Amino acid sequence: MNDPVDEAEAQEAQLTLPLDAWHRARGARMVEFAGYMMPVQYEGIIAEHLWTREHAGLFDVSHMGQLVVSGEGAAEALETLLPGDISALKPGRVRYSLLLDEAGGILDDLMVTNRGQDLYLVVNGATKWDDIAHLREYLPDEVTLNHLDDQALLALQGPQAAKALARLVPDVAGMTFMTAGEFKWQGASLGVSCTGYTGEDGFEISVSGENVVALADALVAMDEVQPIGLGARDSLRLEAGLPLYGHDLSPDTDPVSADLAFAISKARREEGGFPGAEKMLALLANGPTRRRVGLALEGRMAAREGAEIMLAGGSVGVVTSGGFSPLLQHPIAMGYVDSAHTKPGTALEIEMRGKLLPATVVPMPFVPHRYHRKGDRP
Amino acid sequence: MSRKFTQDHEWIDVSGDVGTVGITDYAQGQLGDITFVELPEVGSTVGKGDSVSVVDSVKAASDVYTPVSGEVLEVNEALGDAPETVNTDADGEGWLFKVKLSDPGELESLIDEAAYKSYVAEL
Repeated sequence: MNDPVDEAEAQEAQLTLPLDAWHRARGARMVEFAGYMMPVQYEGIIAEHLWTREHAGLFDVSHMGQLVVSGEGAAEALETLLPGDISALKPGRVRYSLLLDEAGGILDDLMVTNRGQDLYLVVNGATKWDDIAHLREYLPDEVTLNHLDDQALLALQGPQAAKALARLVPDVAGMTFMTAGEFKWQGASLGVSCTGYTGEDGFEISVSGENVVALADALVAMDEVQPIGLGARDSLRLEAGLPLYGHDLSPDTDPVSADLAFAISKARREEGGFPGAEKMLALLANGPTRRRVGLALEGRMAAREGAEIMLAGGSVGVVTSGGFSPLLQHPIAMGYVDSAHTKPGTALEIEMRGKLLPATVVPMPFVPHRYHRKGDRP
Repeated sequence: MSRKFTQDHEWIDVSGDVGTVGITDYAQGQLGDITFVELPEVGSTVGKGDSVSVVDSVKAASDVYTPVSGEVLEVNEALGDAPETVNTDADGEGWLFKVKLSDPGELESLIDEAAYKSYVAEL
């Protein structure tokens, strides 16, 4: 056997986050991720995955970067770096967006929240230092960038997440998908967004490093809440068809090819002015040469990142994420495929260890999203 | 019959000139939930240290190296429908394949249970 994770090596040069001891006390297996020791699993990825789909899972995502952009013209300044309509984003609203390089290549994907007085950004852990450098370089002097590196970030996800969090913060019960607000709990300030990375209803909660242990304790004390590791976070987001930066997205991909054209706001398509705008508008008009699609496999052998996608003996694409779906009980994958072969139902093959695995192009998400979009929760 | 181990976390039980190979309980614990086991072809000839099988977990795929050379006599077909048996009983029902040893002298290079245990304790 080759060692799946070299834990000893990872223990040497990493940083610890506020919940480090909390995870270890709950039996988490810790691995290095984005420069931090993070819990990859507690009782097991499949059990944690299914728990989240049925109940509520608590994820520590404090490795992610929490940034604040403020000052006169902050929204307009951000719009020079990403294709979202940030100046039209209303207070209390959240938008998914993409940090782009000059050629329209994706530097990161992120969430932008209008907090009224400023814009709050959540960026990926592995890219946050590069993002900060990029923002510092391109944002004008009158716009201020702050890194909230003392803030922890929790995600509470699953059909029972709202019921659980509402016991601590009753006002979250009425929140709908892609909204955010500031709440108090036992004197602590909680920045709560109705967002997530699992396809389920749920929340992401920004809380100070000082208060995060008490909040995590209060949540897992509830019958419907279990702590969930990064392993299940990855299998859940794959079922939800959500791309993972560094795998499904990179500077070599663009919003149109990545099937994220929805992140190029209508107003921005008309006015342009974001990095790679001309190229993106041409891709929107003419169609990309390749596109990110979902692939469903038969049997049990999973296709993994880097595997070639084949048709009649020739390569027509590459897998960027793949694994066994605990809910569907068969392997699923996403990858980039030549546009001629991206129609749902197209039969392709994936080459894995010398074998050709039959794979069918399917619409994503693989598992339907269950976001709470309007009205009261049941 | 005594069980031998590799530092790559395989075990082998030898009876006569036939060895039964599996992965250790430590290894299955490291891999987590196993979702698929790719087994070698019956009748194929394998060389000590060759990657002959792959254990797929939710997280990743890991190679299994044969501890000895020889001919594959039998594979554990039951793992096709129940790969999780490797998690629940890696030392027994979760065996992977049986091999007819072509060079029993190769067993000398493997470590015994006590040595494997102390090796794992240091990891």
